Amino acid sequence: MATAALDFLPAPLRSLRLKTKQQELLLRVSALALIYVLAFAVRLFSVLRYESMIHEFDPYFNYRTTLFLSENGFSEFWNWFDSESWYPLGRVVGGTLFPGLMVTAALLHRLLRALSLAVHIREVCVLTAPFFAANTTLVAYAFGREIWDSGAGLVAAALIAIVPGYISRSVAGSYDNEGVAIFALLLTFYLFVRAVNTGSLAWALASAFGYFYMVSAWGGYVFIINLVPLYVLVLLVTGRYSQRLYVAYNCMYVLGMLLAMQIRFVGFQHVQSGEHMAAMGVFFLLQVFFFLDWVKYLLNDARLFKSFLRITLTCVITVGTLALVIGTASGYISPWTGRFYSLLDPTYAKDHIPIIASVSEHQPTAWSSFMFDFHILLFLFPAGLYFCFKRLSDATIFIVMYGLTSMYFAGVMVRLILVAAPAVCLISAIAASATIKNLTTLIRTKSKSPQVTSGKTTGSKAAAKGAVDQSLPFQHNAAIALLLGAFYLLSRYAIHCTWVTSEAYSSPSIVLAARGHNGGRVIFDDYREAYYWLRQNTPPDAKIMSWWDYGYQITAMGNRTVIVDNNTWNNTHIATVGRAMSSYEDEAYEIMQSLDVNYVLVVFGGVTGYSSDDINKFLWMVRIGGGVFPVIKEPDYLVNGEYRVDKGAAPKMLNCLMYKLCYYRFGELTTEYGKPPGYDRVRGVEIGNKDIKLEYLEEAYTTSNWIVRIYKVKPPKNRS
Amino acid sequence: MPRATSDAKLLIQSLTKAYAATPTNLKIIDLYVICAVATALMQVAYMGLVGSFPFNSFLSGVLSCIGTAVLAVCLRIQVNKDNKEFKDLPPERAFADFILCNLVLHLVMMNFLG
Repeated sequence: MATAALDFLPAPLRSLRLKTKQQELLLRVSALALIYVLAFAVRLFSVLRYESMIHEFDPYFNYRTTLFLSENGFSEFWNWFDSESWYPLGRVVGGTLFPGLMVTAALLHRLLRALSLAVHIREVCVLTAPFFAANTTLVAYAFGREIWDSGAGLVAAALIAIVPGYISRSVAGSYDNEGVAIFALLLTFYLFVRAVNTGSLAWALASAFGYFYMVSAWGGYVFIINLVPLYVLVLLVTGRYSQRLYVAYNCMYVLGMLLAMQIRFVGFQHVQSGEHMAAMGVFFLLQVFFFLDWVKYLLNDARLFKSFLRITLTCVITVGTLALVIGTASGYISPWTGRFYSLLDPTYAKDHIPIIASVSEHQPTAWSSFMFDFHILLFLFPAGLYFCFKRLSDATIFIVMYGLTSMYFAGVMVRLILVAAPAVCLISAIAASATIKNLTTLIRTKSKSPQVTSGKTTGSKAAAKGAVDQSLPFQHNAAIALLLGAFYLLSRYAIHCTWVTSEAYSSPSIVLAARGHNGGRVIFDDYREAYYWLRQNTPPDAKIMSWWDYGYQITAMGNRTVIVDNNTWNNTHIATVGRAMSSYEDEAYEIMQSLDVNYVLVVFGGVTGYSSDDINKFLWMVRIGGGVFPVIKEPDYLVNGEYRVDKGAAPKMLNCLMYKLCYYRFGELTTEYGKPPGYDRVRGVEIGNKDIKLEYLEEAYTTSNWIVRIYKVKPPKNRS
Repeated sequence: MPRATSDAKLLIQSLTKAYAATPTNLKIIDLYVICAVATALMQVAYMGLVGSFPFNSFLSGVLSCIGTAVLAVCLRIQVNKDNKEFKDLPPERAFADFILCNLVLHLVMMNFLG
């Protein structure tokens, strides 16, 4: 075997005279190094095309808090009360965020500064997510090796490096919690499975620390604290209880729970919230199992043990159900809250909590999204499940459960495809690795003479091999054909992933690009233009009212106080803003006076064809406002159930504040050749109310492509 | 009923007899576990009397007792010579793990005590 393996290597390597094991190590390490670099490099498209900046909305808040942390230190950060957002309420930032991401970036920044590399914190923030994505590939390799073998680990690392479902939230510039959280998730799972496999307290302690990192990074830690007890329950039910499991789960649960409660945002939820009760229930169940196991070992007598079992079980079940019933009925254990309850009942949010329903990431997933984000992994996943069931062990049972539960949740909410991506990659890697291994074994046995093969195999198989000798030529060709097919599929996967990353997931959202009529690229940098205008031309204590999407960006780049922002913790406050936007100008002026608003900011896409503007979001403002103030009724703004902005639109729609602010002076503008002035390129109609006069506001600034429009609220008139 | 009581008596007798045969080091660990659980129960009773404010102190106290009891049980599992799964784990390593986990537990508890 050793000599044959050396044959196909190039001459320089052959002269090194490495043994097979060392060759294999070299191949593995170099493959992992290349995968690491690939995972980092494929996420850099937007940095190369535009510039090194933070994307989207949420990352701007994370960037602002990281800036504050790096300038003022941890104690100030942990106790920070921010009066620049949610005017006049303010926000307790220290107690309402997950600090993991900010602390990580600040530590990396400090480390680089200590090595005398003076980088700006923004560069560290932009590149944090690709760095942690590269680390995730290493964890995926270790995890694959734990579940199956090192070949599967390598394939898993390669798949997870470029899978679009993960890239979508970890591109350079996407400075959001998920970039770090997926690394923490996979690390926790890997450490826990290793603890279950070895039964060592040290690994269980490591997984408790991994869980702590996950809790500090993302609210999705609820998935871990429910999946791990479910896994333990499945092991108990399938008769796989072992003392390794006891050691691993108990250490992780107690230490993990205590560590998790150090994060103020999580607080006492681990003992009070219904979402965390499964873990506690399984904890007590495991104690019962251990106790029964120990008594059984002590007694050595089946009949006595049966009677003991009966007594204990009745006691335990009564006490358990009593505690659960009392806890839930008295309200001490809070039920499952909105965001997570809508995972179990997807229709809940639309009827009861419009804010959750309005976020596009929370919509159910379409089939096309699955295909887009997973490609060939979609059909490798069932194949991998088959292989896992063939070789059932504690570790494969875990990955099967992780895969199935995460795929269910990915079907309910688009955003959770991200959580399913590592599981799908691992299971598909098992399928790919096992298949390719079988095929290459088939090819290699043919290259030996028949007597050598019969000498290597066992006696019972030798006869079968001899009988099957005649079909070997076809087997060989078929195996080569299948191998070529497998390589073709994997290469198509790589091409698809690169294309998807380049086209769909690398846009910064704050800078828009389009193709001009001569084919050249046109950049719209209107958002930043407007925020810098705010920063330089308004008094420092000015208060800006806008829809909540833009709040984080305004505070981070414009450095001004906002009324509502993306944190959406106060529904009534947002509904007040929604009501102001949907009312007539005089009613809205009263509301704006009560909130001390100085400037109003709206986003309008009618000139450029930018479709994520406020007119398209307007119905959500009406719904959310109407949810709290019944004076706002959605049918008032629709005509026969249809949402229109042209001449046939509802009169309330044509005169509400949002319409006036978006279309002020738009009636004189010709946007497209051959269309009348006032032609809205997004809605595709000529607007209904072209002669707009504003009484209580005046136009302060409109950006060069009319995307962001800022209006100043006039002070009340002097009495004459 | 009489059969049940005689069953129970037989049960208790055989349990005490079998337990007497366990090695001394395991019995010491068992005693430690019982002490820790008793302390936790005393804390819960005190909380019932006085009320649960401040909750973080109560939680850290109870969890440190339960935590160290659970870790001692894990140590007992790993040190028990009759356990086939942990045959090649040296007892020094098991004890070192126990100390490390207890250290982390009590450090976090001190931070949480308030």
